[in-house]
Amino acid sequence: MMLSDADIGALWLTLRLATTVTILLLIIGTPIAWWLSKTSSPFKGPVAAIVALPLVLPPTVLGFYLLIAMGPNGFIGELTQSLGLGTLPFTFWGLVFASVIYSMPFVVQPLHNAMEAIGERPLEVAATLRATPFDRFFTIVLPLAKPGFITASILGFAHTVGEFGVILMIGGNIPDETRVVSVQVYDHVESLEYAQAHSLSALLVIFSFVVLLALYATQRKTSNVGMMK
Amino acid sequence: MHLVRSFSFHLYSITLLLWCTSSQGESIHIAVASNFTHTMKALISEFEQNSPHKIKASYGSSGKIYAQIKHGAPFKLFFSADQSKPLALYNEGLTHSKPFTYALGGLALWSNNKHFNGENLESVLLSGEFNKLAIANPKLAPYGIAAIEVLKNMNLVEATRKKWVRGENIAQTYQFVRTENADIGFVAFSQIVRQPFYWKVPSNLYQPIRQDAVLLKHKSEKNGINNKAALDFIQFLNSLKSQAIIQSYGYRTENNAYIELEMSNKNT
Repeated sequence: MMLSDADIGALWLTLRLATTVTILLLIIGTPIAWWLSKTSSPFKGPVAAIVALPLVLPPTVLGFYLLIAMGPNGFIGELTQSLGLGTLPFTFWGLVFASVIYSMPFVVQPLHNAMEAIGERPLEVAATLRATPFDRFFTIVLPLAKPGFITASILGFAHTVGEFGVILMIGGNIPDETRVVSVQVYDHVESLEYAQAHSLSALLVIFSFVVLLALYATQRKTSNVGMMK
Repeated sequence: MHLVRSFSFHLYSITLLLWCTSSQGESIHIAVASNFTHTMKALISEFEQNSPHKIKASYGSSGKIYAQIKHGAPFKLFFSADQSKPLALYNEGLTHSKPFTYALGGLALWSNNKHFNGENLESVLLSGEFNKLAIANPKLAPYGIAAIEVLKNMNLVEATRKKWVRGENIAQTYQFVRTENADIGFVAFSQIVRQPFYWKVPSNLYQPIRQDAVLLKHKSEKNGINNKAALDFIQFLNSLKSQAIIQSYGYRTENNAYIELEMSNKNT
């Protein structure tokens, strides 16, 4: 294995990005998944569709629109500028924002499935024992949906590590800021440095295999709750 | 009677057409660096008007095309954005010809931000009053190497480094400036030749960006070159007409461009 400082920098950045995105997605995705599993609102369909949209859209479409929307004349760009944050493209937090959108379905869907599988009965029983909605969520939903949370975290993390198209479109290839592993591999291949490309790529293949292995191991242990549909 | 005659005439022309395409006209695939896309489309449409041959072009980054050629992509000609990749293919014995220069690219500093309308972009660059400076990644793109050279010659490398954003190629660099995410950026002159506001970087500030092409060799070609279409197209590229087209897209040309073919088959 021959990894340069730039390669290691890219690896660290990728891990930092994936961790940040996973934590944010669990915070944002949990209430969305909970709402989706409980609501009978007419907005359920549209919200579920919007959450799932990145599964279908090519990353180039998402990246292109994010570049425009986050730019100085886009609606997100105008919002961030009025908040005094400047514009998001070419920054770490721009990548975080884009990745949260891009990896959202990989976190929300397992959570949604796990929460739906719990059903009404345990919650109704708890309610008769005077558990507040707050109590019920933390003492019943969270423990019972644990396999779903594990699946969601692994998938959200792994999908962010594997992200390429969107980051290429909005990143600007800045070392230690937006140059993640996938972009670094691309750079190596494009500049004919195939040996370095091999080292990093092999590392990613091994990583992905281990992650999926861990995912299927946890799923085997814990019934089929939280399996992706 | 009239109908019959006109029908047989049509039949005759169709037969003629089929005969032409089967015995004379060939269809070949070529690979072209993305910065030359528009120019190549214009060249091909001009060429095909006066030739039985058809040219099918694929556009992409030179690095990707290089890798594809090495793994057997069916391209007859490769128009790179630089000199190194055609030279590498030549050194590996994968070509019929030495690389030849088909165009010389120029560099321009461009802004799409209304704020800079009518301003001298050179002084904007010197003043440092801009949010980001887009450049093509110098590791991948010859236009990026030229941009860094310009900054070096202007003693601006350290002053601007924090504001660099790198496009993977010159098309993405253009995109960053076009969407105004970067206030200014070094792009190919050919990309903005029809825009109102730019600073054409004086050519003494960087080495000319020579874009080379090669005629590729294929295993199936046992007896030297048997591709009339590719040779015709190269000849067409050396004509005054195509040089004028290339220049109209903001490139310079060398009118003494010629190609040395290795007619013998040394490597088989």
